[in-house]
Amino acid sequence: MATHKISLTVNGVLEQAEVPSNMVLLTLLRERLGLTGAKNGCAAGECGACTVIMDGEPVNSCLVLAVEADGSEIVTVEGLSSESGLDPLQEAMIEVSGTQCGFCTPGVLISARAFLDRTPSPSEDEIKEALRGNLCRCTGYVRIVESVKIAAKGG
Amino acid sequence: MTEKVGPKSFPSPIGESVPRIDALPKVTGEAKFTDDIQFGADLLYGRIVRSPHPHARIKRLDVSKALALPGVKAVVTGEDCKDRFGLYLKDRYTFCKERVRYVGDPVAGVVATSENLAEEASRLVEVEYEVLEPVLDPVAGVQKDSPLLHPQLKDYTVASFIYPKHGTNISNHFKLRKGDVEKAWSECSVIVEREYRVPHVQHTPIEPHITVAKQDRSGQITLWASSQSPFAQRDLIAASLGMSPRDVRVISPFVGGGFGSKAGVSMEALAVIMAQKVPGHPVKVRLTREEEFYCAFVRQGLVAKIKVGADAHGKLVAMKTEYYWDAGAYTEYGVNITRAAGYSCTGPYDVPNVWTDSYCVYTNHPVGGPMRGFGMPEIHWGIEQTMDQLAEELGMDKLEFRLKNCLREGSITATGSAIHPIGVAECAAKAAEAIDWGEKESSSAPHKLRGKGLAIMWKAPAMPPNAGSSALIRFNEDATVSVGIGGQELGQGAHTIAAQIAAASLGVPMDWIRISGPIDTQYSPYEWQTVASRITWSMGNAIIDAAKDARRQIFDLVAQQWEETPADLDIRDGQVISYKSERSEPLENLVVYGLPKEDDSGWRGGPIIGRGSFMPDYVSALDPETGQGPRAVVHFTAGCQAVDLEVDTETGKIELLRVVSAFDVGKAINPDQVRAQMEGGVVQGASTTLLEQLRLDEGFPINASFTDYRIASTMDMPGENISIIVEVPQDDGPWGARGIGEHSMVPTAPAIANALADAAGLRILDLPLSAERVFNALREKEGMP
Ligand code: FES
Ligand code: FES
Repeated sequence: MATHKISLTVNGVLEQAEVPSNMVLLTLLRERLGLTGAKNGCAAGECGACTVIMDGEPVNSCLVLAVEADGSEIVTVEGLSSESGLDPLQEAMIEVSGTQCGFCTPGVLISARAFLDRTPSPSEDEIKEALRGNLCRCTGYVRIVESVKIAAKGG
Repeated sequence: MTEKVGPKSFPSPIGESVPRIDALPKVTGEAKFTDDIQFGADLLYGRIVRSPHPHARIKRLDVSKALALPGVKAVVTGEDCKDRFGLYLKDRYTFCKERVRYVGDPVAGVVATSENLAEEASRLVEVEYEVLEPVLDPVAGVQKDSPLLHPQLKDYTVASFIYPKHGTNISNHFKLRKGDVEKAWSECSVIVEREYRVPHVQHTPIEPHITVAKQDRSGQITLWASSQSPFAQRDLIAASLGMSPRDVRVISPFVGGGFGSKAGVSMEALAVIMAQKVPGHPVKVRLTREEEFYCAFVRQGLVAKIKVGADAHGKLVAMKTEYYWDAGAYTEYGVNITRAAGYSCTGPYDVPNVWTDSYCVYTNHPVGGPMRGFGMPEIHWGIEQTMDQLAEELGMDKLEFRLKNCLREGSITATGSAIHPIGVAECAAKAAEAIDWGEKESSSAPHKLRGKGLAIMWKAPAMPPNAGSSALIRFNEDATVSVGIGGQELGQGAHTIAAQIAAASLGVPMDWIRISGPIDTQYSPYEWQTVASRITWSMGNAIIDAAKDARRQIFDLVAQQWEETPADLDIRDGQVISYKSERSEPLENLVVYGLPKEDDSGWRGGPIIGRGSFMPDYVSALDPETGQGPRAVVHFTAGCQAVDLEVDTETGKIELLRVVSAFDVGKAINPDQVRAQMEGGVVQGASTTLLEQLRLDEGFPINASFTDYRIASTMDMPGENISIIVEVPQDDGPWGARGIGEHSMVPTAPAIANALADAAGLRILDLPLSAERVFNALREKEGMP
């Protein structure tokens, strides 16, 4: 299989990699770069566990080829917190138990971050709409939506 | 009693909504799940070749082409499997030997250097089948002329409380006979008789099943698995290989949701057989989402025939039930669901005359296994709709009917024992009050109908009578505590609860506690399985026992040092104190290094390690002919859900406006986590009620993806999801606690169905209540074609 040299910025760090044509961004992140925050829940764009921000947009990284990410800027859950502390969304999730098993959580946080960046004071319906692609089997979404509301107010 | 453990005056974390201890790693992406562990260049990948037929004989199996592909390291088949395995009935081989019994049954496993290669090689395995007639319905499956799926049933090893019927497809027949049902019908003034159907559904944890297995050169096998049952897996897998559990080690990091699907053994043994062919190499087997839908456990289908009668005063008199469980190709775990359904058949009601037959039936469907509720959502679907119809025919209010007939402390259960204190009536009353029971609400549009309904439930932990837990409490040098447990964190909050219980029962601050993880059968103390909503109760008791043991050691040491008696000592806020002399000593001065003797002649004490265990010793056998016995189970958790909904008559879509849950948890160790379990259960329950069905067309699954098998998203949330905690203490629960994890999805489906009946005058007896089904039923009711 043909390989391609690509470079991309992941959580503020410039990364270079040689990737086969059929490798998806999720595999690149998890298996090459050791960033295992984004999860593989379906590999088919149906669950949202693999969501990362690509050039400001939330994407299912299981559906994006690594070569398509050449030159892009990626933010994963590992990039949400910084030396100065956690993202308000992360704080809120801890506060109101927006996470249970935690498998959907990285994807949920990333979708919510991309959404809040665009819509700083959302309505409840807008929050639900923004997170409709992130399946969670544990929480019933109650505390997830609550977390986003709290982060929106505080942030 | 347990309340006396731990000092009372020091602020206890029991009953406090402390934040989850695993939240920080989970929101930062630090939390490691099995697939996140890096294994380096030695890692190989396994892919399973599966049966494309519901029922067939393997005529020829040729793996040579697959083996010849460069990069393929091994191919395994049924020939590599030694013994059958199973939890309650040993009825399955890891890889099929000569017969396949469901679409997806494993026939071979390919090990290769990459996932793609393994996939490619798996397509080169040649299998020739002779297709056999399948069994596709449990009622048909018990007929005499039905094809027989397990002709060797009589040779299978089986637990003492499971009753297979040799020469049939019935792998367990649970019988219950109480009173005289046939005679009792004549005392009834109202009788309702119905047949209900519940389709297969799938747990769909967002993390698919995954196992990495490795055999080292000494023969030890290590598994890294997303698992609810590291110890049961060790035991069952070792037994199937003719090995000792000592030589099988299961390491289980965070689990990305289980709901029962990761209990017992499902796909883990596959990876082990493959790893045995490539010693020194870890082999990763990860189910695809498609495989997850029908190659892991599914929730069994059910055909339930229920007949219930009441007298003119509305008192329940008799109940007759036949359950036909569509249990799938192998029923090693499912046989016990059949049993649990049998002894719980009345629901939380006082019924003097009961006759029940619960049949576990082999079919050529995916393997049925435990799913949140363990048979209870399925049976309550019928029970609670029948009760509603009975109340209707009696002209009684449905709440009043339930309050009149539900179990109260001392009522005699179906198995003939007196029930412990139980808050069924209180839950029903509180849920009804919160939903404004009896008040008719107006609908939001002329084409929408609004209604309310409720359902009550009970559920006991279904497990062997002697399922045990254990715990280890080890003090560190600074008196912080490492708590070893074998109970798994599946998202239900078990480890947070464990830390709360450890802190409170030791008498140290909560932030001194760290739970030792990941769960590792080599280091973690034994735990039967993280199932049955038994962990808070059973593991909690083991932790309390370990804390007592550690305190005893500390008190003996300090009493000797201070020349006092242990009975005058206590631990408060991390200090040993004497109520008599009022002396105190910080724990950190003594829990590892001991204390110096007064006369400088040496030291006394040493590292403190508390060990504790818990096993119920009072669960009795039930009579095989009558299902009667002194005590069938450890306890029942009961509760109620009430629903306020609207149905759109133009689309058939049901919209949940409000759902209220009220459950009697004995004592909420962490009220926020109890509420989180209730909220999540409501949505999973509503999802299985309104949206979900694994469609099996002549045995072939046809909707095995999240696109075709939709589960609830944020768009399907109820308008309000309200939870109420009721606390009627359990005599042997930690601070009175019993479990809640599963219960919250048990009454959801019938509560919705009862509300639909109230809204639209429509009774639907089959799940799911999909928009299409409701729409068609509405049209039929209006007399439209
Ligand atoms: S893994 Fe990408 S959407 Fe499910
Ligand atoms: S927390 Fe488990 S899937 Fe969302």
